[in-house]
Amino acid sequence: MDTAVQDKEGDFRPRDWAQHPPYLSPLYKSTVLRSPSKPLIPMKQGLSVRTGPVFGHDSLDPLDHDLTKNGRVNGEPIGERMIVTGRVLDEDGRPVPHTLLEIWQANACGRYVHRWDQHDAPLDPNFFGAGRCLTDAEGRYRFTTIKPGAYPWGNHHNAWRPAHIHFSLFGPSFLTRLVTQMYFPGDPLLPLDPIYKGVPEGARELLVSRFSIDVTEPVWALGYEFDIVLRGRHATPMEG
Amino acid sequence: MSQTLKQTPSQTVGPYFAYAWTPELYGRRPLATNRLATRDMAGEHIRIEGVVYDGEGQIVRDCVVEIWQAGADGRHLPGAAGFGRCGTDDAGRYFFDTVKPGACDPGHAPHIAVTVFARGMLSHAFTRLHFSDETAANAADPVLAGVPADRRDTLIATRAETPGGVVYRFDIRIQGDGETVFFDC
Repeated sequence: MDTAVQDKEGDFRPRDWAQHPPYLSPLYKSTVLRSPSKPLIPMKQGLSVRTGPVFGHDSLDPLDHDLTKNGRVNGEPIGERMIVTGRVLDEDGRPVPHTLLEIWQANACGRYVHRWDQHDAPLDPNFFGAGRCLTDAEGRYRFTTIKPGAYPWGNHHNAWRPAHIHFSLFGPSFLTRLVTQMYFPGDPLLPLDPIYKGVPEGARELLVSRFSIDVTEPVWALGYEFDIVLRGRHATPMEG
Repeated sequence: MSQTLKQTPSQTVGPYFAYAWTPELYGRRPLATNRLATRDMAGEHIRIEGVVYDGEGQIVRDCVVEIWQAGADGRHLPGAAGFGRCGTDDAGRYFFDTVKPGACDPGHAPHIAVTVFARGMLSHAFTRLHFSDETAANAADPVLAGVPADRRDTLIATRAETPGGVVYRFDIRIQGDGETVFFDC
């Protein structure tokens, strides 16, 4: 079981900078000193980046996909129970199977477990706010959680983050790594949020989940769908 | 097959990822750690360490560095053994305990792929770490050759023999003087 990983397929398609936020996005003030200022240097895709970590079920604990259960101490977490599900696909619409997702989020009051979060809103002793799961053979994932609350932040006067869930994905390669945030339809804070608006117009709507009555479970939890598209591959290997 | 879907846009990790990504402090099992080397792992055991700085030279303490590397024999094994993740501490420092990789691509010097995430980075940044004692291999490396000569140093981790073992120093400057070279790949 120590066969080295090979990779004979085509190169990964480039990061599509018409879709991704530029490093410098001055309305989000933290980008001002944390944005690379020199142009990115093109690099051919060698094996060191075409490969990437692959996680299996041994990386997961049994309740990792259920945030309403994985932080319980003495009862149920407070808030609106919800299911978030969707597919992880590549740019050609092919499913990305058996890949790991991590999510993390604030509780229903807009407070994170993180030790730095000092927002004056209660922690929920029964909600931790982080989970993991693997996609299935069709690229499908599913979490059960609590709908996160909006919270204030210091970017500008009266700044509030729209409710969101952070997502982290690996995909088949070190190059397909993606960290993003999922938002909720109709949130009046979205047009005011510099992080959401850092994404080019026409692309940012892809970060808004869809309410789904089909995913919604009667007398139990509301359902939201959020599909995620990772970098795909060119059909044939590039030579040279 | 033709391209039909658009890539999902990236967003920042924000400031509050640690309890999910490096959750030992919170009593949770991490997905990955900064200790890649097991005691009996073949190869030279090394520590890689550095500090992450912003455009004014201030330390960045809400940054995560991820690495992906081959083993000492230059091969990537299936699974996640070559993957490491480390959040910066209150002094902006990160480190990895690992083995020095062998060269995995023909003609390339031994190196480690590095990804940088932080609050304030809406998209992550890719770079790669080379080793200061690989002078000849670095001189022949096609990726280093594509980098302006006066910026190559930002990709070279500096070797030091310390009482605790071999340490390579690799500071990351996200912006400004001595800005680390980041790649589009």
